[in-house]
Amino acid sequence: MGRRLLIAVPYLWLLALFLIPFLIVLKISLSDPELAIPPYTPTLDWREGWAGFTEFLSQLDFENFVFLTEDDLYWKAYLSSLQIAALSTLLALLVGYPIAYAMARAAPEWRPTLLMLVILPFWTSFLIRVYSWIGILSTEGYLNQFLLGIGVISEPLTILNTNVAVYIGIVYTYLPFMILPIYAALEKLDDSLLEAAEDLGCSRLSAFWLVTVPLSKAGIIAGCFLVFIPALGEFVIPSLLGGSETLMIGKVLWEEFFSNRDWPVASAVAVVLLLILIVPIVLFQRNEQRQREAEG
Amino acid sequence: MTKSLVTTVAASALLAGMALADEVRVYNWSDYIDEGLLEKFEEETGIDLIYDVFDSNEVLETKLLAGGSGYDVVVPSGTFLQRQIAAGAFQPLDYDMLPNAENLWDVIQARTETYDPGGAHSINYMWGTTGIGVNVEKVTEVLGPDAPIDSLSLIFEPENMAQLADCGVHFLDAPAEMFPAALAYMGEDPDSHDPDVIAQTEEMFTAIRPYVQKFHSSEYINALANGEICVAFGWSGDILQAGWRAAEAENGVEIAYNAPKEGALMWFDQMAIPADAPNPDAAHVFLNFIMDPENIAAASNYVYYANGNEASKPLLLEDVIGDPAIYPDEATLANLYTTTPYPSRTQRAVTRLWTKIKSGT
Repeated sequence: MGRRLLIAVPYLWLLALFLIPFLIVLKISLSDPELAIPPYTPTLDWREGWAGFTEFLSQLDFENFVFLTEDDLYWKAYLSSLQIAALSTLLALLVGYPIAYAMARAAPEWRPTLLMLVILPFWTSFLIRVYSWIGILSTEGYLNQFLLGIGVISEPLTILNTNVAVYIGIVYTYLPFMILPIYAALEKLDDSLLEAAEDLGCSRLSAFWLVTVPLSKAGIIAGCFLVFIPALGEFVIPSLLGGSETLMIGKVLWEEFFSNRDWPVASAVAVVLLLILIVPIVLFQRNEQRQREAEG
Repeated sequence: MTKSLVTTVAASALLAGMALADEVRVYNWSDYIDEGLLEKFEEETGIDLIYDVFDSNEVLETKLLAGGSGYDVVVPSGTFLQRQIAAGAFQPLDYDMLPNAENLWDVIQARTETYDPGGAHSINYMWGTTGIGVNVEKVTEVLGPDAPIDSLSLIFEPENMAQLADCGVHFLDAPAEMFPAALAYMGEDPDSHDPDVIAQTEEMFTAIRPYVQKFHSSEYINALANGEICVAFGWSGDILQAGWRAAEAENGVEIAYNAPKEGALMWFDQMAIPADAPNPDAAHVFLNFIMDPENIAAASNYVYYANGNEASKPLLLEDVIGDPAIYPDEATLANLYTTTPYPSRTQRAVTRLWTKIKSGT
């Protein structure tokens, strides 16, 4: 009994925080916009009982999903979001791996401090940290002042309001999510394996590629998913740091919801985004499971 | 410990949900009031004032249409107000609780009649025009002393924009303001609701798009004041505030605002009470406080926007009431146009076209 209850908890959690909200969004995506509160129709009226419910169901249709296929804006935005999320993930991996590696190699008494330093930025509001990048990257900002000061450039660089600033913002924001799982994997690494590799004639570099990287694979995969998934739907970073040509699905969703007051189409965009995300999430789950089975 | 935590959470949830009679929640535009007035209101009335800000009509509208926004007083612009009244978002005002309404200016009331017949749901807070703000020194440096700073040709002619691009140009990210301006420059009806007519502006926007640094509806105040940009197409008072901030910072930036001679949009920000406001009584007290000539004059003197209050005029600073950019003379007033809300199909076409212009997709 107690065991069943324990299993029920995560399922209840999933039901309350994922499935029910998703069904609400799905329901809205099948409705039509209307000038009212709330701004869509039909709305479900329980007072009319079963007849009201069937009447409600009969008014739902897939019109909004068809609409998404008719305008190339949507798939271009999905594609561009996928590209930005994928490149940001790769960059975060390139920056995050050496940091995680250095942390795992550091003397054990230093590790808690280093770990603390990685988590420390979370103590400041995410919004303020993104805003501070505006101050750093603007044409009058610290970066340009510094580069002009040391004479590397003669004209200020335009970084703010471009995709470059979006990449910087995403990589900066999600870097800890890349570092932590990789660090966790590297910290468990048995040093004697590396010694064995070197004894058997491996150079340090090939020992790294043949032993360290494969053994930290689980951490790399976990880190990549933790960066990729939120980056795909990111709205705040592109709207603060990106320019008008930065096309991301989060922004398209915002426009549908706020400018067009078209909640049904906005919901359809969100449902499709979720379907796109389900693929990597399922892959991630499967990888986790295989990992657990392998570890026995 | 856990139990007391639960009690605290439950108690605060209860407080948040309960309508406290001595509290009023106001949702107004950013940089749009003399903050001293907020303290004065609390002192005079004993009502706690919670003051939040937004920078786009769309955000306000979404909160209102979602219902349960929790605000008692909101400040949409006329066209948005009209649509929101139709959606049933506001409650009618009780003029018995608003004795100061006698101070309102009949000229402005007549102009807002289109949006809210008889002022049944709203009172005018501020009004202004949408036009061109320039950093005088930089623009004359680039385009010479004859730069057309009072004409839409400054921002809609590619040869002007190509030269201005280096010193920075910002446009409002508000299609409902930008398309009427483009139509006015093309000699079309600025209030056209015909998607085909509006689509004709695309070519003009595409030609100047590469020279626009950013489309944003509030950043240009600081950017103009700091000298980061030299031209902004924005709201009159915001641009005048930028000039005032630059003067205060003594950074040598001189800002000028002009309502374009081809015609300028005249807009009205109206204070209204949401249908589901938790404290409509306190909201009426706030509206009445705002219509006190002394208070609204203080607000105008601070934000450099004209208000809809006749009795406040003698209390305005000379550089507010005497500035034709704020209180336009008869000739300019005749040159101002107003717009009405887009029907939803046109709205979709307009938003889509705006996205296409901004992002190229």
